[in-house]
Amino acid sequence: MTKMYIPRDMAALAMGAKKVVAAVQKEAAARGLDVEIVRNGSRGMLWLEPLVEVETPAGRVGYGNVTAADVPALFDAGFLSGGEHKSSIGLVEQHPYFARQQRVTFQRCGRIDPVSYAEYTANGGYKGLDRAFSIGPAATIAEIAASGLRGRGGAGFPTGVKWKTVADCPGDKRYVVVNADEGDSGTFADRMIMEGDPLSLIEGMTICGFAVGSDKGYVYLRAEYPIAAQIFAEALVAARAAGALGKQVRGSDFSFDIELRMGAGAYVCGEETSLLESLEGKRGIVRAKPPLPAHVGLFGKPTVVNNVLSMATAPMILADGGAAYYAYGMDRSRGTIPLQIAGNVKHGGLFEAPFGLTLNEIVNDIGGGARSGRPVRAVQVGGPLGAYLPVSLFETRFDYEAYTKVNSLIGHGGLVVFDDTVDMSWMARFAMEFCAIESCGKCTPCRIGSIRGVETIDKIRAGENVAANIDLLKDLC
Amino acid sequence: MSGAVPWDAGRAQEIIAAHLGLEGPALPILHALQHEFGHVPEVAVPQLAEALNISRAEMHGVVTFYHDFKREPQGRHVLKICRAESCQSMGAEKMALDFLARLKLDWGKTTPDGALTVEAVYCLGLCAHSPSAMLDDEPLGRVDGAKLDELAQEARSA
Repeated sequence: MTKMYIPRDMAALAMGAKKVVAAVQKEAAARGLDVEIVRNGSRGMLWLEPLVEVETPAGRVGYGNVTAADVPALFDAGFLSGGEHKSSIGLVEQHPYFARQQRVTFQRCGRIDPVSYAEYTANGGYKGLDRAFSIGPAATIAEIAASGLRGRGGAGFPTGVKWKTVADCPGDKRYVVVNADEGDSGTFADRMIMEGDPLSLIEGMTICGFAVGSDKGYVYLRAEYPIAAQIFAEALVAARAAGALGKQVRGSDFSFDIELRMGAGAYVCGEETSLLESLEGKRGIVRAKPPLPAHVGLFGKPTVVNNVLSMATAPMILADGGAAYYAYGMDRSRGTIPLQIAGNVKHGGLFEAPFGLTLNEIVNDIGGGARSGRPVRAVQVGGPLGAYLPVSLFETRFDYEAYTKVNSLIGHGGLVVFDDTVDMSWMARFAMEFCAIESCGKCTPCRIGSIRGVETIDKIRAGENVAANIDLLKDLC
Repeated sequence: MSGAVPWDAGRAQEIIAAHLGLEGPALPILHALQHEFGHVPEVAVPQLAEALNISRAEMHGVVTFYHDFKREPQGRHVLKICRAESCQSMGAEKMALDFLARLKLDWGKTTPDGALTVEAVYCLGLCAHSPSAMLDDEPLGRVDGAKLDELAQEARSA
């Protein structure tokens, strides 16, 4: 019996993984060969998807960009024992793109069957929760604080402070909410975790629930991610069946359960207060802060709202200790950041590394430059509300504070590469148009301002009072 | 979308009742109605308002706030084409506008034969495979004009 891995990750499916699975099954049956296909998550080398991996005594051997038509030839080439084929990439974990990374949050993603509780625990899963149970809630929060983990959703708020605030609130009902409304272009890390290692998110939420004294968690997932919804739902079933969710989690006296909720195509619901409104069944309109959700959150109760990645990193921090995570990174940006390299780039994918890489390293060295082969003009970092960084800022180190200094933000670590054919004033207009479409309408500067922004940029593009209109636009922003 | 059945107030009431035990059940109910009937018609608003004990105005506000809840039946197939930055970096804007022009459609509209609705979507999380799209629930990476034409033809002949 040969064990093979063909991802069920949405990007792999978008590149034909389903047809490859069918072709392998058909070919194996015709040749009387016994093949077990595990539907794993993606390794993050997305430009190689579908990436088929075959388990061999030397390790897992990869075949990139496999199509259904390639399958008979792969069998002929003896790929079941790692044979050479034009699509071979050799041992997957020795591929330079993969070997250069330091995978913490994504340590299991792509390696295991995402919905197998047995594989999850055999690969370090639930060590974090078990340790949390043994050290107690206060020490659990102290570990998160010591790790230096900051929210990976964009704002970079210290996670330990947030958890402590909720734990310290009076009352007996608290909520754990995960923001999986990953709406910015160039981001797919949350999706990859939910499709490739959903149990890490479930364990992280359970640790958080234990630490802050909550018995109920919600995951708010965007509707554009149907595959993530399906896989995460399967993982919830697996966790419950194994006694890791529900009453008396893993034999303790702590009870916790998680419900998956779907968004409905409103970008603004990625903002935490409008997300809470939406979970409550209302229009996704932002709330004024204060009060913070940590004090008055879901249904008026103290609520932790964390991004998928922050939560999925908690198990490692508990298992290995906050200091182990803090050892990665630089200055006040500790740990690793799962970079998402996207757009017009050769080697698009997920690259997890400690903070501190330069954009030049990320885009040209790791990403291989523009896919079109033309010079890179700019990189959008941090989504529509982030910034476009020109090549002149490519030596900036990837770090929360360093980006603030150049009037930008790293946000969620999503990067969209543009070559020199990009029309930057059009992209600026698009940003305004997008904000106008997606504004929840509560605050005038956004509701009216983004419409005026589109009009003003149109005037600039038409050459009308350019200098005065640029001043007006700057004032508007 | 394919598989949707005509509106049935009795069936809708069953769906609503099945979700009333949830905390904040409005969105799960709206998703379930949309899944069953392919849209959430105006007649659903008073029925929902009553079940959730909120005003019709509030309910109308919720239904109309979210892009994904449709007020009218959609085409048998729905093709979503990404317009977000990553896809634009690979020429998606022109690709999509040319495609719409060939179909003589605007964003959000359905072909006269009722077969295909074409919508803009702002990111499918397939940004390493731009331009991307989704036909019903099937994700598609590295699409181009020819591929879109092929999908449209298949959808309209199915």
